[in-house]
Amino acid sequence: MALIKQKNVDVVVVGCGVSGSILCMELAAAGLRVVNLERGRMIDGMREFSSPHAFDEFKYERHSDIFQNLSRETVTFRNSSSDAALPMREMGSFKLGEVVGGTALHWGTHSRRFLPWDFESLSKTIERYGPDALPQDCSMQDWGITYEELEPYYDQFEHLYGVGGKAGNLNGEIRPGGNPFEGARSREYPNPPAPMTYAGSIFAEATRKFGYTPHVNPVASMTESYVNPYRLMLGKCMRGGFCSSHGCANGAKANPLTAVMPVLSKHKNYELRPLCNVIRINLDSSGKCATGVNYIDARGREVEQPADLVILASYTFNNTRLLLLSGIGKPYDPIANTGVIGKNYSYQTGGKVTLFFEDKVFNPFMGGGARGVSIDDFNGDNFDHSGLGFVGGAYVAVSSSGAPPIKNTPVPPGTPGWGLEWKRAVSKYYNRNFSIRVTGGCQSHRGNYLDLDPTYKDANGLPLLRMTFDWTENERRMSSWISEKALDIAREIGASKLSASPTRGHYSIVPYQSTHNVGGVIMGADSMTSAVNKYLQSWDVSNLFVVGGSAFPQNSANPPTNTIGALACWVADAIKDQYLRRPGPLV
Amino acid sequence: MSVVPCYRYLTEAEVRFLNAAVERLIPSDESGAGAKEANVAYFIDQQLAGSWGVHGRCYRQGPWREGKPQQGYQSRLTPQEIYREAIREIDQHCTGRHGKVFAHLGADLQDEIIRELEAGTFEFQSIPSSLFFELLIRNTQEGFFSDPMYGGNKDKVGWRLIGFPGVPASNYDDHIDERNIPYRVEPVSILDIKNGSVELDSQGYPKHVLLKS
Repeated sequence: MALIKQKNVDVVVVGCGVSGSILCMELAAAGLRVVNLERGRMIDGMREFSSPHAFDEFKYERHSDIFQNLSRETVTFRNSSSDAALPMREMGSFKLGEVVGGTALHWGTHSRRFLPWDFESLSKTIERYGPDALPQDCSMQDWGITYEELEPYYDQFEHLYGVGGKAGNLNGEIRPGGNPFEGARSREYPNPPAPMTYAGSIFAEATRKFGYTPHVNPVASMTESYVNPYRLMLGKCMRGGFCSSHGCANGAKANPLTAVMPVLSKHKNYELRPLCNVIRINLDSSGKCATGVNYIDARGREVEQPADLVILASYTFNNTRLLLLSGIGKPYDPIANTGVIGKNYSYQTGGKVTLFFEDKVFNPFMGGGARGVSIDDFNGDNFDHSGLGFVGGAYVAVSSSGAPPIKNTPVPPGTPGWGLEWKRAVSKYYNRNFSIRVTGGCQSHRGNYLDLDPTYKDANGLPLLRMTFDWTENERRMSSWISEKALDIAREIGASKLSASPTRGHYSIVPYQSTHNVGGVIMGADSMTSAVNKYLQSWDVSNLFVVGGSAFPQNSANPPTNTIGALACWVADAIKDQYLRRPGPLV
Repeated sequence: MSVVPCYRYLTEAEVRFLNAAVERLIPSDESGAGAKEANVAYFIDQQLAGSWGVHGRCYRQGPWREGKPQQGYQSRLTPQEIYREAIREIDQHCTGRHGKVFAHLGADLQDEIIRELEAGTFEFQSIPSSLFFELLIRNTQEGFFSDPMYGGNKDKVGWRLIGFPGVPASNYDDHIDERNIPYRVEPVSILDIKNGSVELDSQGYPKHVLLKS
């Protein structure tokens, strides 16, 4: 196949999601000529997510083409390296995006920052509990960056995405109504907190009896109409309740399409090429300098795009896979415990307790984003872990995110899965239940990693990425212990029936859990144990940055999007303020 | 406007099987119509005749191994082929043991067979034992609760059963301070809006009509 060679540009950015769109915007505004390659199609959100078609649960729950077309590419999966990995043939545990805007088009907008502890969890755990507190074969690491360093960029991202919430720690001062466990923030949220829901207020009242500190979930579905720093207007959320998995008909959900692209796409320094799937990063003969990328365009032609600077800003899986396919960095080997690319793949645990009532109705279909209430008393290291036998924690929350019925018809424990009894239970309890979610972190583990599959190929004949992952005893203990706390709260609330489902057994790729896959190209202070430095710059190739959830050395309990966005803002500044002045390793 | 069910993939015998099976999964009773009257068999037919029926957006390269349950769907057969093969085998089994196809058995015997499918004790020759049940229950609930534009949930019976309003109105914020008061409205589907049978507000959202309790 003849190779088409494009003219050299200053920067090529791979992926147009949360990270890619911000990096393109910031670098184009700084005067660099930017080409953005996105494997997904172009989308007009105003047309595609309009009423009434946006309110189609079946399409967005199961079949929408904003999700990755697995017929062309998927991942393979196994629980442990002693199993044979098999391809994820149907979308299940997570919903990968394949569209301009990426996975963020269908995010649930829950906008928590990571805790200061999350960035230094290894050293803080050893400091407080000693080295024996670490689980066996746990490979958790410090990030090489602190919360304090990232704080201005959380602030920048929250203002870009119009997050609504209430500060719990404003410049060190603990404020009533907010989350007292959060790291100090330099400014109040740009939007007010969402109003309390009925289920949220019942939960909040019960948690106060235990001395916990409930606070309204911060959300990036606009609590008021909002104009962001790029002068883009986002509409107010009207709580229509088709949020996670869906595009928003009101443009009330912050994402690349609403918060960045209308300005970016008109910028003279920016060119977006959708339906262009990058297959390789090219290196010069020294192997230490990237010369650009090769991609397959919409018509199937292979194209070379030379660039002075290459930024990978695609999803965790694709960032990792492109480095492995390009031979950049040393692949991780779990037996020898050497190498870094693919290391520390991680996820999140998602236990819950569902409460069924005889005398209370909640109208669960009225919701928006992740509106609701959380407690952080059991998150991170906010509680004494002495003698508990696990590291990390969970936030415990009630969210009113809407309740379309294909996936929101829980029934009390003991109810058959079908037949009249099932039908009567669904009819009775659809409006008379809510869940307390126990969303937990996931510490990294030596046996959980990503590499190239030896058997299965994508539509271009290139190896698929192979995921080897299972819950460890640490996650099971954590989820079980905190679920007991959630059960105590549920009993205090006084539901007639309860069901608890903590994380247990083996990880399964079948039921949807979260699209919070992280790691594989992790950041750190040491080139022997991390793939990128604190500026997400490759240790091996200094004109290559790898940005996204792939950089997380392990996963916080909190949703990843804000940290991904903050890291993108941080990297943009590092490139503008440091790298462009003196190209080369920043560390 | 009612849709006349014109089946594109399923044979008449398969439709009879599915109508009988989905009636057992979600039966009709005094609380409302079940999956059969909701035209769930027609919904399943439409899905099988579309891209999902051939797993158009799913990874379909070999080698094919059955794997562990947590590795998900690994059959080399498509949903079309699984429905066709499973129904044939179940009807053959019923005819051999009871002298009648599944659709003509009494409800108790039908339930017994469905329980065997669910438990994985019904042995198919060509597919893993519980795979068909998993597809059937999933598709039945989808057909019962998805927008009627897909051919099931006829007259929005699934939504009426649970009190789901369908396409939201734009004034939910007016109800935000209500505590423990059910919001019961005539459900609105995308199909209703496309039919012009629902009044819309200036933003294009339906005006909900409250139901008297």
